Amino acid sequence: MAKLESSLKNMLLSLTLISLSASALLAGGYALTKDPIDKAAQDKKDKAIKEVLPQGNISLDKPVEIKLEGFADAFIVYPAREGEKLVGCAIETYDNNGYGGKIKTMVGLDSQGNIINYSILETNETPGLGAKASEWFKTKGDIRGKNPSQESFKVSKDGGEIDAITASTITSRAFIASIKSAYKAFEKYQEQSKQ
Amino acid sequence: MNKIKIILNGIVKENPVFCLLLGMCPTLGTTTSAINGMGMGLCTMFVLICSNLVISLLKNVVPDKVRIPAFIVVIASFVTLLQLCMQAYLPSLYESLGLFIPLIVVNCLILGRAEAFASRNTPLNSIFDGIGMGLGFTLGLTILGLIREMLGSGSVFGYKFIGDADGILVFVLAPGAFIVLGYLIAIVNRLKSK
Repeated sequence: MAKLESSLKNMLLSLTLISLSASALLAGGYALTKDPIDKAAQDKKDKAIKEVLPQGNISLDKPVEIKLEGFADAFIVYPAREGEKLVGCAIETYDNNGYGGKIKTMVGLDSQGNIINYSILETNETPGLGAKASEWFKTKGDIRGKNPSQESFKVSKDGGEIDAITASTITSRAFIASIKSAYKAFEKYQEQSKQ
Repeated sequence: MNKIKIILNGIVKENPVFCLLLGMCPTLGTTTSAINGMGMGLCTMFVLICSNLVISLLKNVVPDKVRIPAFIVVIASFVTLLQLCMQAYLPSLYESLGLFIPLIVVNCLILGRAEAFASRNTPLNSIFDGIGMGLGFTLGLTILGLIREMLGSGSVFGYKFIGDADGILVFVLAPGAFIVLGYLIAIVNRLKSK
């Protein structure tokens, strides 16, 4: 078959047909993958919530959105109960001042506000440096069991007692700030639920 | 043309990473570990094979003056499809490669092969060219990732071999990518000139 001539009609026709079939293909692909994508995101969140809350027979309440002053997006609090008693909350928190922008973390606080565990959901931190945050604050700079309301809940460079990740102070600061915001959201949630 | 020759051409003689120097952005950006390099290579290979095939089939119905936009639409569709599938079935790899998946669209290796090979050859040969170039790209990225991971994090495919110590940090960062790539190209050129 000879090559089509570059006349206006031919160009228009071939580009339109190619674009149309590409759109059809993508629409099909989107419809097929939509459910698995949503499921994968939900699974990840469920896994993170489970990881940061105490073990045992707990049930989750409906998530509550908490707005804090100075933050555009809401913080999401997942209250966990054993029977009727509140045993802790998983809080989806974030901070925009990481080295690569936003750091999104799921952190678990017990009923006193002490940190149970955390799991990082989204980061763009540098591999080998800031990206170590996912393990660092469980090992060398362990924050578990600490209370974010304490004065010393800061990286050691700022006069606190938490070891920052080597050569990644900015990431560490942003991460600690996100935990502090989570604590504020937790306090606000408690106030609201008393009313 | 001999099929095996086409495949070998992509892996050895015209290796996209070490000889053609095409697609440098993902080459330098994603190879912080061997598994990331390999994942990126395989993704690119998938897009390359599909786009080569389709473009080769379309080569006679696309008028010359609009061939580039037509190629880009084909490539972008496959990349988006790949992105959706990865999000659905390989979320962890998708996260570590991040922005580089949509950027496969502008990987000049893919448009380059469409223009230089697929639009002039039969569909079957184009598939083989896609396989060869894709394997060459994957191989290059895996080697680069492996070396950077070994020096920078002290591990191989995620398995640490230096205990608790840290690696040489610079190799995980951008400058390390340039240094390792430079030495690899020098070695490959030396081997080829013999």
